[in-house]
Amino acid sequence: MIEVRIHGRGGQGNVVAAYLLATAAIDEGQFGQAFPAFGAERRGAPVVAFVRVADRALHRRDQVQHPAFLIIQDQALLHVPGVTDGLLPDGKILVNASVPAASLNGGLAANMITVPATAMAKEFLGRPVPNTALLAAFLALTELLPIEALLKALRERFKGDILERNTRLVYHAADQVTKGLWREVSHAASA
Amino acid sequence: MRQALEGSQAIAQTVALCRPQVIAAYPITPQTHIVENIAKLVADDKFECDFVSVESEFSAASVVLGAAAAGSRTYTASASQGILLMSEVLYNIAGLRIPVVMTCANRALSAPLSIWNDQQDSMAVRDAGWIQLYCADNQEAVDTTIQAYRIAERTELPVMVCMDGFTLTHTLEPIDIPEQAQVDEFLPPYTFSRALDSRNPITVGTLVSPDYYPEARHAHHQALLNAQDEIIRAHEDWSAISGRSCCGLLRTEGDADAKIGILTLGSVFGTLYEARAAHPELGPVRLIKLRAFRPFPVAAIQEACAGLTDLVVLERALSPGGGGIVGNEMRAALAELPDAPRVHSYAVGLGGRDVPLDIYARALAAVDAPTPERFAVLDAELEKLPAADR
Repeated sequence: MIEVRIHGRGGQGNVVAAYLLATAAIDEGQFGQAFPAFGAERRGAPVVAFVRVADRALHRRDQVQHPAFLIIQDQALLHVPGVTDGLLPDGKILVNASVPAASLNGGLAANMITVPATAMAKEFLGRPVPNTALLAAFLALTELLPIEALLKALRERFKGDILERNTRLVYHAADQVTKGLWREVSHAASA
Repeated sequence: MRQALEGSQAIAQTVALCRPQVIAAYPITPQTHIVENIAKLVADDKFECDFVSVESEFSAASVVLGAAAAGSRTYTASASQGILLMSEVLYNIAGLRIPVVMTCANRALSAPLSIWNDQQDSMAVRDAGWIQLYCADNQEAVDTTIQAYRIAERTELPVMVCMDGFTLTHTLEPIDIPEQAQVDEFLPPYTFSRALDSRNPITVGTLVSPDYYPEARHAHHQALLNAQDEIIRAHEDWSAISGRSCCGLLRTEGDADAKIGILTLGSVFGTLYEARAAHPELGPVRLIKLRAFRPFPVAAIQEACAGLTDLVVLERALSPGGGGIVGNEMRAALAELPDAPRVHSYAVGLGGRDVPLDIYARALAAVDAPTPERFAVLDAELEKLPAADR
């Protein structure tokens, strides 16, 4: 079982990101579970969502306390207490930022990769919604699921121009990271 | 078909498959997505029904009462303060023996204000005379919603399908949505035997004098007890059609010869289920999931608890000044047994407090206490309180 925690702000598509990831897993024949931990629901407020992916049915309903992966949709959230709590010792962090990991957090930089997802989203979608670019980079890094599974999940949720733009964004974002760099972690976590 | 769906979306699709003719609801967190999705299905002409927008939960319940009294298949949904605002009408629906089906997206009650999950809302109306079925996961909520119509229409009792707010309603997971033909086979068009009809006028809701009130209440109580058979049959018949089985009145899991049992309602069961599998070193344990809380299935409970020396009850509710609602009812149900297990009664997960996997070990540790806990909030951190409030 692989556990992922996604941190973002209201309006960044945090829950949608979690749902897309679990949907992609389910469409691939695996078991997936995604749910939010809502606070006060308003734009800009820190929000958290959880994803579990497994090769067997998931019954537990507790929040993810010890994720193998963190996806951080806003680099400023790294300064919010608790955001990186519970990350497994070899766990990895994907951050939406236009600066290198080392300039964000010295201690965690070795396990962190940054992707300028907001800039990519602005370029491809015309809107600063970083979630699909981050998911694409995440799947490319971990090879947890094929990129096509994410595209299929997107097709279930979007159509027309928005779907086309997101599809181009997904291929672009996936190409910006080293494929399979985090494969070991996702294999270890799922063992 | 197995699909990745949010719980609320699945319930909305399932309600549509049941072909209700009148739906009235007022949005409240965490029920909102159910009603939004149904409204969208209606607006998109995916299914035909009168969707009545109302100004309050009181009106929502009143509309479905009237529509069901006139013979329509109906649906409503609510949670928390919405259930409380409905409560007067909920008693009337049940007392008038009108078969309404509703979803309670379980949420805590004010005050203090909380939008998060526990089961104090449905527990607050446990004496309204409705059948209450508690669901462990979204698949069970889907299957239970379909069964609820059969049960309601055959018993002429309303059914409240209870699913944990957020924990289930907002969780996306693989869910099998049945085919329309399967649901149609299980739920043929419905004729209410006492439907209001201007050609054959009857009176509904009349004043009942002391000459008949106790008999009416007795009959209502008896009807609920008798409904146990229909709950079991609906589950069996739907299992035969769907190929899926959750349980009838309750479900036991684990070691039949275990001396220690843990009983819960709703989604905490799944967490206990995985915790038990992950911790065989904690010894043999029997897990019991109570699906039917009303009617309270005493015989099934006694059978499920046979051989236990200790039963830990974990419930997401409490009766302030009284203690555990389910815990106390379990004590009463088991007291008749010759070797009645000791009942340890706890509330957990109130107001959305996360119920982690280690709740299993904590519940089992409680069994070692020399005298069983009459009642405690197991996961309350009392050091947060001033000494006088502990």
